[in-house]
Amino acid sequence: MNMKNTFAAAAAASVAASSAFAADKAEVQFWHAMGGQLGEIVDKFAADYNAGSDSCQINAVYKGNYTENMTAAIAAFRAGEQPHVVQVFEVGTATMMAAGDKGAIYPVYKLMQDAGIDFDQSAYLPAVISYYTDTDNNLLSLPFNSSTPVLWYNKDALDKAGVAVPTTWDEVEAAAKALKASGVAKPFSFGWQSWSNIENYSAWHNIPLGTEENGFASLKTEFTFNNEAVVNHIQRIADMGKDGTFVYGGRRGDSRGQFVNGETALWINSSAYYGGFKKDIKDFEFGQTMLPLDTAVADAPQNSIIGGATLWVLNGHEKPEYACVADFFQFVSAADQQAYWHQNTGYVPITTAAYDVSKEQGFYNTDPMTDTAIKQLSLNAPTPASKGLRFGNFVQIRDIINEELEAVWSGEKDAQTAMDAAVERGNALLRKFEKAND
Amino acid sequence: MQKRVVFRSRLLPYLLVLPQIAITVIFFWPSYQAIESSFFIEDAFGFSREWVALDNYTELFDDPGYLKSFRTTLIFGVSVAFLAMSISLGLAVAANRVVKAATGYRTLLIWPYAVAPALAGVIWYFLMNPSLGIVSYWLKGVGVDWNHYLNGDQALLLVIVAAAWKQVSYNFLFFLAGLQSIPKSMLEAAAIDRAGPVRRFWTIVFPLLTPTTFFLLVVNLVYAFFDTFALIHATTEGGPVDATSVLVFRVYNTGFIGQDYGSSAAQSVILMGLVIAMTFVQFRYVERKVQY
Repeated sequence: MNMKNTFAAAAAASVAASSAFAADKAEVQFWHAMGGQLGEIVDKFAADYNAGSDSCQINAVYKGNYTENMTAAIAAFRAGEQPHVVQVFEVGTATMMAAGDKGAIYPVYKLMQDAGIDFDQSAYLPAVISYYTDTDNNLLSLPFNSSTPVLWYNKDALDKAGVAVPTTWDEVEAAAKALKASGVAKPFSFGWQSWSNIENYSAWHNIPLGTEENGFASLKTEFTFNNEAVVNHIQRIADMGKDGTFVYGGRRGDSRGQFVNGETALWINSSAYYGGFKKDIKDFEFGQTMLPLDTAVADAPQNSIIGGATLWVLNGHEKPEYACVADFFQFVSAADQQAYWHQNTGYVPITTAAYDVSKEQGFYNTDPMTDTAIKQLSLNAPTPASKGLRFGNFVQIRDIINEELEAVWSGEKDAQTAMDAAVERGNALLRKFEKAND
Repeated sequence: MQKRVVFRSRLLPYLLVLPQIAITVIFFWPSYQAIESSFFIEDAFGFSREWVALDNYTELFDDPGYLKSFRTTLIFGVSVAFLAMSISLGLAVAANRVVKAATGYRTLLIWPYAVAPALAGVIWYFLMNPSLGIVSYWLKGVGVDWNHYLNGDQALLLVIVAAAWKQVSYNFLFFLAGLQSIPKSMLEAAAIDRAGPVRRFWTIVFPLLTPTTFFLLVVNLVYAFFDTFALIHATTEGGPVDATSVLVFRVYNTGFIGQDYGSSAAQSVILMGLVIAMTFVQFRYVERKVQY
């Protein structure tokens, strides 16, 4: 009996102690999807911030990949247990926005206003924030990690085949042939195909992907990417597949292995592979350059669009905790943090200041071409067709596009049939989203 | 005369069946919820829901992809069950004859069961990776161009092999126990009557194993239909095109990736109907062939 009492007292004391500790600092739950090296940097940011703050404690928690993280946050919201901050990838934007209209979201511009922080939206790169602003140009979520697809190349293989780094799609085709002849097994490939070869191909050539300003203007949007330019582009790649100069290697980053082991010499995927490549590629010299131009479609490129994720703030918590969120957001957007993030990962610096810091530090001299992504994004002022996209159910629609493209690569369908089918199936999901959210 | 038990208190009988009722409610409540949600469409955050009657169902049956998924599921389920059971039966028969170091062999054969389905998938996915995998390298050596990213049949084969490999251990355990409970005297008697090992197997061992086989058939089919979700999720994600998109994966994809709870619920209900039908058929028709 006595023992029991002692134990209970000890337990009560420890509970009191921990709650006293919690009372000192307002705690903020931050759910993110950054694994591996990226996760370590996020943890470092949170730790650095916590060390410098005596009123706030940020608890950064890794919740799985982008989809898992978003699903977990939504499920938590439905159960009333939502985190304060959740990292959501760009294609989840429409879902989050629709929820914002119903009061689930605390928009970032308002968060900053309420916290009394003078928040300067113009400090951010236009191509980055245009993806995440509402129709009145107010920022809804804080850009955190943004990248854009670039053309990665194996310099040694190109030299051996005697070709220059391609800048147009015709050159890509020719280079791939030469590479194949010189013994490269799978000369050309890419990852995240909907993003790199349909969404960005369209933006790069200033072609709308759908009506209603790519979905920014209203939920009534419909897809139009079964247009001639996209269809011809997809058919060109399919034809390259037939003579073995293009080899498909999976939906996400799966084909990274092909590039790293030298089987593939031209690879289109996110600029954010830089950090990993720098560590993993020792046998050959690699580089990155701007996306190829399709000269049959445009004379000059427009600008590419981003991929990556932003931080959304969810409603339903206490005011002091939101003050901490605002403060933490200031901290991660500061030039030093952003420059560190950019230089170590290959994600673009999201503020002009971070870009300048990287320039001053001479980063682009020691690591040449690492500003390709940022140059590509800020090549021209974004147009309605190149500002980004906002389609509901887009996570599922990307899977539909994946399915249809795989049908093209395997020769089951031609490009026109597949794109028509993708548009039709995609539109059905858009209508469903409209119905569920208006 | 029939004997009747009379309870003095009227409450007691209810109290006694209460645990059973509680379990029933626990099982039926989610099923009821699934049926209910399948008649609505809902936004992701759950702010609004709209009654759409049978729209979620008609939409599914208008979708050729969904119908194809039945075929994929059937091929997948039957192949996994057949492969896992036949290999494990072979191994069990072999292990049953081993005299030396029998425990060692058994332990090794049971080992893979400890591997989570998702990991089993990833292991095979890695072995067969077209660029890095050792198995695909060997296959290239014998002239097979392996690329499961592109070739749907190869992808389906890959997930079947991975799913079956993981289940072999479990089946092995049951078959081995079944084999060991077969009376030695019967086998000896048959041997004295000059029945060879093959004949002895098919006329004595296999019939006596039917209860085990039937049990494993039910378990393996249920495993292939439902538990392999993690494996497919971790490897092919239903692709290429929709070659490995089995029904249970679609439920997840629609519900958790697509946040389309109505359609996901409708798919769950259909799947539930399928399980009920399958179990009924198995117990009604297949069990007749079982000799207890």
